[in-house]
Amino acid sequence: MQFKSQAVSKPYFIAAIGLFVAQILFGLIMGLQYVMGDFLFPHIPFNVARMVHTNALIVWLLMGFMGAAYYLVPEESETELFSPKLAIALFWIFLVAAALTVVGYLLVPYATLAKMTGNDIIPTMGREFLEQPLITKVGIVIVALAFLFNITMTVLKGRKTAINTVLLVGLWGLAIFFLFSFYNPDNVVRDKFYWWWVVHLWVEGVWELILGAILAFVLIKTTGVDREVIEKWLYVIISLALITGIIGTGHHYYWIGTPEYWQWWGSIFSALEPIPFFAMVIYAFNIVNRRRREHPNKAATLWALGTAVMAFLGAGVWGFLHTLAPVNFYTHGTQITAAHGHMAFYGAYAMIVLTMISYAMPKLRGMGEAASERAQLTEMWSFWLMTVSMVFITLFLTGAGVLQVWLQRYSEAPQAFMAVQEQIKIFYWMRETAGLVFFTGLVLYVISHFVGGPTGAKAKARA
Amino acid sequence: MTAVAVVDRTPAARLPSPPGDLAIWIFILAELLVFGLLFVAYAFARAGDVALFNHHQQGLDQAAGLINTLLLVTGSYFVARAVAAVRGGSGRVCALWLAAGFGTGVLFVAVKFGEYADKFAAGVSLSTNTFYMFYLGLTFFHLMHVLMGMVILAVVAQKAWRGGYSRVEHAGVETGAAYWHMVDLVWLILFPLLYVMR
Repeated sequence: MQFKSQAVSKPYFIAAIGLFVAQILFGLIMGLQYVMGDFLFPHIPFNVARMVHTNALIVWLLMGFMGAAYYLVPEESETELFSPKLAIALFWIFLVAAALTVVGYLLVPYATLAKMTGNDIIPTMGREFLEQPLITKVGIVIVALAFLFNITMTVLKGRKTAINTVLLVGLWGLAIFFLFSFYNPDNVVRDKFYWWWVVHLWVEGVWELILGAILAFVLIKTTGVDREVIEKWLYVIISLALITGIIGTGHHYYWIGTPEYWQWWGSIFSALEPIPFFAMVIYAFNIVNRRRREHPNKAATLWALGTAVMAFLGAGVWGFLHTLAPVNFYTHGTQITAAHGHMAFYGAYAMIVLTMISYAMPKLRGMGEAASERAQLTEMWSFWLMTVSMVFITLFLTGAGVLQVWLQRYSEAPQAFMAVQEQIKIFYWMRETAGLVFFTGLVLYVISHFVGGPTGAKAKARA
Repeated sequence: MTAVAVVDRTPAARLPSPPGDLAIWIFILAELLVFGLLFVAYAFARAGDVALFNHHQQGLDQAAGLINTLLLVTGSYFVARAVAAVRGGSGRVCALWLAAGFGTGVLFVAVKFGEYADKFAAGVSLSTNTFYMFYLGLTFFHLMHVLMGMVILAVVAQKAWRGGYSRVEHAGVETGAAYWHMVDLVWLILFPLLYVMR
């Protein structure tokens, strides 16, 4: 750790991991509810479990991004953070707000929660992923603005690099597009149209800048390859991501009441969205192969390479699978979407946060460059358990989705939704099993932070 | 022997590999892929309704299209002269040629806006029909690239004027020129495809 103020990222990373565990627990509950509909009813109904599962994901990723920014920006800017105290205060505000929101979801019926939290003033609730009460949304904006102020002031007083510039643009974009969550027109077409400006332009737009910047940072640190080379790749990749991703928003505008031309623009541009992800795979492996140093933190490099590969598979390949309008006509909103969503979020965003944590945590905890070899081995086991089981979750959901499309939509005698759900149960059982393996991997991941043993240099000296 | 080694580093000896930064060539290939896919989509859509495409194609201003073609080709010539100038070591002359290239871009944009104004006044929109959807979409997407190219030319010209490039080190000029030629090349396919081919 080069700068004292980088330490503020530690609580963010710990909270991110904690929320990650909560997210997976609720995922397991939902997974079981797919096959045992009344499991935990009426205490945790499916819609509530789903809300907690997706909202916890978003919040832990935001925690991770903020932690990553607090760690990365001082080092890139070669100066202390503008205000470490503000960063810590914001952490507690954000954590308490997130916790209260989840408690609200779990203890109060959603409609009552809406009434209690002033949804009548500006109605923003009741929309997928944007279910948060108005006060939580306002809180998110305040925290985001204060966070951006802190980070921007740090960059302004220090060195400006491609990495902290791209990261800053990504984070500002994240905050700006979130403002569309306050716009909730009565017309349901308009509502969906702008809803995607938050959801799509986050994950297939500005978040990719954050992902690119963090990946570039970790690659520079672990490989020692020239900054100039890595930054050039970063620019190429984010330009490609933005060109394809922004107009690619059109792949959400098929048959929802928007003009027909979106079927063309959505199909063409989103068909190209895998390209930047493919470039990212080539770049990550290329850079690691050209490494000028053997960094003792092998786990971080593994996460970095894993991010590139899994983001390409999950976001690129599984996205392409159902992005063309004639295909999407049949697959829209089926388990194919769920398959894509799982692998893309894990591969692109969960893994990049875990990459950053893997790189930064040993330094934040005063262990030097890397954790002990035993700890790293445990962490790498958790990497493989989580990643391989996520591949299986995706494959099982894809199987469920293909069968669902066939029975419910494509066949000459389409069957009713619930009749089809009954027939694809076997896939849900297998998905739940893979989910349990994922959870085992996650538990191992948490444990890896408590595994001691000699560090790399000492281990070699003993041998 | 030392003399040979020095000669090997001259720009002429480097010519077989793509001039400019390798990254721009990856970017150019990706851009060509995007446009290529758009052209294929256009071909498919046209094959579905040839009569509609042929009919509405006659509504386009071919003269404006031709003027714009000449402007871009001339612009490419100016930019090529700029590269030659900087290879000869004269940064100021290079900057002037780049400025001339930028000027053809300005005229291109003006002509294009004139065309759009005509079409919009006639009530044409993206939803009019599939032909106009492609006409507006493709030309607008290309126009964005012209504007991007102009920004690049302006930045490079400014640096050239201040003496930022030399006879040996001028990859920036080549990089900008390569991008501008790509914009020109795409238009050379776009123009016959949309305005002329029956």
